[in-house]
Amino acid sequence: MTATVFWQLVLGFGAISLVSVGGGIAVLPEMHRLVVEVHGWMDSADFARRFALAQAAPGPNVLVVGLFGWHVGGIAGMLTAVIAMTLPTSLMAFGFSRLRTRLAGRMWLKTIERGLVPIAVGLIGASGLILARGTAEWWLPMLLTACSAVFVWRTDYSPLWVLGAGALVGLAFL
Amino acid sequence: MTDSAPRPVPTLLDLFLTYGKIGLIGFGGINAWARRVLVEEKRWLTDQEYAETLGLGQVLPGPNALNAAIMVGDRFHGTAGAIAAPGAMFGGPLILLAGLAMLYDAYGEVPTVRAVLAGVGAAAAGMVLGTAAKMTQKLKPPPALLAVGLTALVAAGLFRVPLPWVVLGLAPFGIAAAWRAMRAP
Repeated sequence: MTATVFWQLVLGFGAISLVSVGGGIAVLPEMHRLVVEVHGWMDSADFARRFALAQAAPGPNVLVVGLFGWHVGGIAGMLTAVIAMTLPTSLMAFGFSRLRTRLAGRMWLKTIERGLVPIAVGLIGASGLILARGTAEWWLPMLLTACSAVFVWRTDYSPLWVLGAGALVGLAFL
Repeated sequence: MTDSAPRPVPTLLDLFLTYGKIGLIGFGGINAWARRVLVEEKRWLTDQEYAETLGLGQVLPGPNALNAAIMVGDRFHGTAGAIAAPGAMFGGPLILLAGLAMLYDAYGEVPTVRAVLAGVGAAAAGMVLGTAAKMTQKLKPPPALLAVGLTALVAAGLFRVPLPWVVLGLAPFGIAAAWRAMRAP
């Protein structure tokens, strides 16, 4: 990885991270601009394939920046991109966490926290919908999604059971 | 299953190992799995506490699961916890992803891997949807807060409104609804 690419990763993803309110994936169009349009590191189709790979793998969705970094700088590029994307906002979150501890119990803070709860839950649901639309190509994956949703909602068994079932169904039919 | 039982407090090693596990099983995104493990399996947090932490993680810039992990780590073990929890959450999946990237570079898309991940993806989508339903059921939001949540679901999930607009646009309504609900119990 050249020094130029290193700084392009640091400054590019560092700047994007600062506007990523609502989650790393909220800034996917910005990432596309940086990776495809500004630097021409890959084409749109390759960008989409790498995003799909990161989505399919476990772990935080934002790790997709690691795959972009990998493409231009191997392991060093992967680490550089992930750290650039996460470190500045992590320091802010840590500072906020300290402030929150100091202000714990204040009525106005409690009100804000409770007011944000439905947005957090609604956005978990929204990410489920978006994931489901991505896989719902015919009735079998749709049925799998529906059964899995009911199983997780109505029982306390580990969701790993439905993931295992999903892996077997995928291996056999998809 | 009563909420009044005393909640266990994790050691630093517990925190590290648990977040490592959350990262590695976190298909379909971290948040649903973090809730499952922290609230249902370990019982370190209540549904309300987890949802509040995640909500704050969402209005701050940066990946929300990461912001939430930092706050949970800080809550139990200060600076060390705030490093251990997100470090473990990112470390495992990052190694896995490096392996996948190498496979991808060497062979392109491997059909078997693709098929398994497609099946897991469909199941994970259901898991995430089921988690949202379960959280709503347990949190029992008053109607105004429920309306805010449903608006977030529809705006982001169906109409694909950019997340910063959803979060910052709905936050004042959520806070107003919470204020009313707390004033008139």
